[in-house]
Amino acid sequence: MAISNPTESFAHRTLLRFEGILNRIFGNDLNPFYCLGALGLFFFWVVTVSGVYIYAFYKTGMDVSYSSVEYYTHEQWYLGGIMRSLHRYASGALVVVMVLHLLREFILGRYRGARWFTWFTGVPLIWLIFAAGINGYWMVWDTLAQYTTIASMEWFDWLPIFPEPMSGYFVSREGFNDRFFSLVSFTHVTIPLVILFFIWVHILRLSYPVVNPKRRLALGMLLALLILSLLKPALSQGPADLGIEPSRLGIDWFYLFIYPLLDVWSPGPVWALVIGFSLLLCVLPWIPSRHKQIPVAEVNLEACSGCRLCVADCPYEAVVMKPRTDGMNFLEEAVVVADRCVSCGICVGACPSSTPYRSKTGYVSGIEMPSLPISGFRTTMVKELARLQGNARVIVFGCDHAANLDNLRGDGVAVLSLPCTAMLPSSFIEYALRESQVEGVFITGCRENDCYYRMGGQWVEQRLAAKREPRLRRRTERDRIEQFWASSADSKELAVELEKFRTSLREFNQR
Amino acid sequence: MTKPLQYVGQGLFYALFMGVIGYFATSPSYTHLQPDETLIKLSFSHAGHTKGECRERSAEELAKLPAYQRKGGTVCPRERADVVFELEIDGKQFDHVVMKPAGLSHSGNSNIYRRIPVKAGVHTLKARLKDREGEGFNYEHEETMTLAPGRIVVIDFKSATGGFIFKNKNAT
Repeated sequence: MAISNPTESFAHRTLLRFEGILNRIFGNDLNPFYCLGALGLFFFWVVTVSGVYIYAFYKTGMDVSYSSVEYYTHEQWYLGGIMRSLHRYASGALVVVMVLHLLREFILGRYRGARWFTWFTGVPLIWLIFAAGINGYWMVWDTLAQYTTIASMEWFDWLPIFPEPMSGYFVSREGFNDRFFSLVSFTHVTIPLVILFFIWVHILRLSYPVVNPKRRLALGMLLALLILSLLKPALSQGPADLGIEPSRLGIDWFYLFIYPLLDVWSPGPVWALVIGFSLLLCVLPWIPSRHKQIPVAEVNLEACSGCRLCVADCPYEAVVMKPRTDGMNFLEEAVVVADRCVSCGICVGACPSSTPYRSKTGYVSGIEMPSLPISGFRTTMVKELARLQGNARVIVFGCDHAANLDNLRGDGVAVLSLPCTAMLPSSFIEYALRESQVEGVFITGCRENDCYYRMGGQWVEQRLAAKREPRLRRRTERDRIEQFWASSADSKELAVELEKFRTSLREFNQR
Repeated sequence: MTKPLQYVGQGLFYALFMGVIGYFATSPSYTHLQPDETLIKLSFSHAGHTKGECRERSAEELAKLPAYQRKGGTVCPRERADVVFELEIDGKQFDHVVMKPAGLSHSGNSNIYRRIPVKAGVHTLKARLKDREGEGFNYEHEETMTLAPGRIVVIDFKSATGGFIFKNKNAT
């Protein structure tokens, strides 16, 4: 894992430790940190469904908006009130998971290179989600709405785009009318539709995007929000009165933190902060770091049969099929879209031509990583295997983004690290076990459900279980293959598991 | 980790989640205006007089115009004078603003919007406005009023109704 500075390294270690705790509590399948984006979308749906319900009772008008909200909050507390609270709290939860999602991807460095698109298209989503949330607060037309509406107008008035200050309209009741509420409610319906569109764009370049959290986790979150809604129902803060300046307010700090800042600073610096931060987020993928992008995958047409397995396994839709151009008797050929390729090498592991056996045409795969061609990989593996001594000889296949494998290397342990473990073709496992070159194969990589490149661990497990092409052949002894997924924070556990595996191999040999 | 411990851990996680979401949805509370303060809002839009004098078009100028444009022989400059505003509170000058007319030709209204928090109590407010070229203010209004805590006093200006209007109808 390329870590560019000590702070990033500290944040990275802390995050992995915290996620390790969550893995023990929830299991890797249900770890909320492994599906923050999907959780965000789940909360978005909770907000939408609850919003549709309460919108049915909402009335647009200076004198009726507040009372209509009060009606379903108190007179219909058992449904309308709970829906309002769910609407409020799910919106807050959406901001929390959105911020955690952003921080996590940043700390783990999953925003550089070809991943810029997903990162970049997430930035407008931040703006839109805040806009929808703030706009929703105006609809209630209580003192908080009065404060945030007028403060927003004052903030926007700073921009030299309005001929007259908009704040002036809110000095007295005569300044504006019921149309304001129609506009606000129209906007509150429209922005979420735009959000939905941007979510689609956000995940456009991902294969198999996770858009739903696991059912048990979703139910747990929904139950937590429901309990919270019953314990602390969302309430209004007294009707707005343009003759009285709101004094002490219960602020929703998830959405409205900018307003106290406007009081402390002034509109100009707050604009500078907001725009500056947004621009920084936008350019972050291109800020130079020690992270080196390795060359992207390349197709060797002479070894490509157009089988589409690389297309099926690429987590970023970076391989597409196009009509054959070399006259060979195949319909299609694989083509790498360089802009989308993250250089994970998963396509190499998926290619049936990635084999250490075929020497007639040379060791050439249909799709190759220029930094580690299949021939070079085979040569390195053969060298590593040749130096092994003693019993319980094991080869460890791992990845560059998980636990460091160097400390595992020894007389009886060979180590090979790949950009992603899923770059490992199943045939190489068979090859290592053939003629007892090693007695066992130990496979490791990023923690389960947390592949640095997405999907890697899942594809490896499915290939080994013969559920995904290219499968590990049935005749391969599964007892001699062990998998243990370990991040850089799990190096000790990895060493222990490897030793356990070697002990089991010794016992196996003695039988 | 054993199953019961996992359930306890999950319960704690969800409790923490509820606690964070529930607490920060309304707390800690924020004091926007101190309890002993009142707010003066200065908000109006007013067009200053045009700069320079109107004049009659000469016969040559009229001859150059299309026939249908020759009726209005008077030409006035578009540009308006800056509107100058001053506010005194208890005899001390609080604000002096020169408001430029809006628009590319400076032919629009001059606008102002200000929030002025002051200590509640009895105050004398004096507002002055000048909307033409030359010396001296042509509008002035002074009023002593009780400004109640948390209330909003609006200083408006409408030349059609005689000038300044101090709205303090919510005073207690």
